[in-house]
Amino acid sequence: MSQLTENKESKPKFGLNLLPLAIFVVLMIFFFVGLGLNPRLVPSPLIDQPVPDFSLPKLKQPDVMFQQMDLQGEVSLLNIWATWCTSCRQEHEVLMKIAESKEVPIYGLFYKDDPTNGSIWLKNLGDPYRANAVDRDGRIGIEWGAYGTPETFIIDKQGIIRYKHVGPIRWQDWQTVLLPMIQKLRAADDA
Amino acid sequence: MMRKLSFMMVCLFLTLPVLAEVAGYSFESEQQEQRFMDLSEKLRCLVCQNQSLADSNAGLARDLRTELYEQVIKGNPETEIIDFMTERYGDFILYQPRFALKNLVLWLGPFLLFFIGVWGLFRFTKKTAALPAAQIDADKLQQVRELLEAEVEKK
Repeated sequence: MSQLTENKESKPKFGLNLLPLAIFVVLMIFFFVGLGLNPRLVPSPLIDQPVPDFSLPKLKQPDVMFQQMDLQGEVSLLNIWATWCTSCRQEHEVLMKIAESKEVPIYGLFYKDDPTNGSIWLKNLGDPYRANAVDRDGRIGIEWGAYGTPETFIIDKQGIIRYKHVGPIRWQDWQTVLLPMIQKLRAADDA
Repeated sequence: MMRKLSFMMVCLFLTLPVLAEVAGYSFESEQQEQRFMDLSEKLRCLVCQNQSLADSNAGLARDLRTELYEQVIKGNPETEIIDFMTERYGDFILYQPRFALKNLVLWLGPFLLFFIGVWGLFRFTKKTAALPAAQIDADKLQQVRELLEAEVEKK
């Protein structure tokens, strides 16, 4: 009787037993990381590339051109903005604070907007920019890979793009990410 | 009534030449138009991420379509146009990711998993096939039958 029910199958090895659990854990890690990512943040291929070639009229002096070369010589920020962009309004206060701190010059790429609007905005809200380039038709925005204003680039002394921030900069972003990055770039230049 | 109807008919015919122009772009040849259409289907609008440049009405999509149009008219080869887009917006702008080292796992992963599965199945079936068929003693079997029958009769 006992012979009939005897199980001849050998026990599965310990390691094989844990395999489904291992696969599950790996999947969970993938999901946890993957679902936590923001799909709006598209990595920019421009990082570690020189500033794109451009020449655009300045906002305050339309007969003077703002050029690629103007972004060389020191670490600087380039902020892409427009008056139709609501989160730029929100970011503007932070840009003002950054400008007040005098840590870094901020340049602007005034994107797909009427220069008159820009002038009024800066007059009413304050002007954190050292200079603005007017990109009326958004052609130069394409060169910079702009897809959602505001966007901000950190450019090093040699005119190489080192970092891109998509969306409005919060004071916290400035303190924890942008400022340390700028200080690091400066230190590298001095060394 | 009749006048209204004929007016509408005329209007309908007037729309025909518009069809030859795709979204306000005019092409020198059908081939060019086809290339433009193909490429704008292949490229993603980064603002509304699940729409192609062809589908999207976002400002950026319109700008990129214009850029694409101009490059197609200039006769730039497809690889050049794709490179132009990816140099600025990264591989993300392509609906079909390129085959590259960094996304090798994505391209080859499914095949790898498939082969692991086939290999596992093969091993499993081989193992079970190798198991000796159950050998049952005829006498013992007879004994069991009798016992069972006795049980059934009891009830």
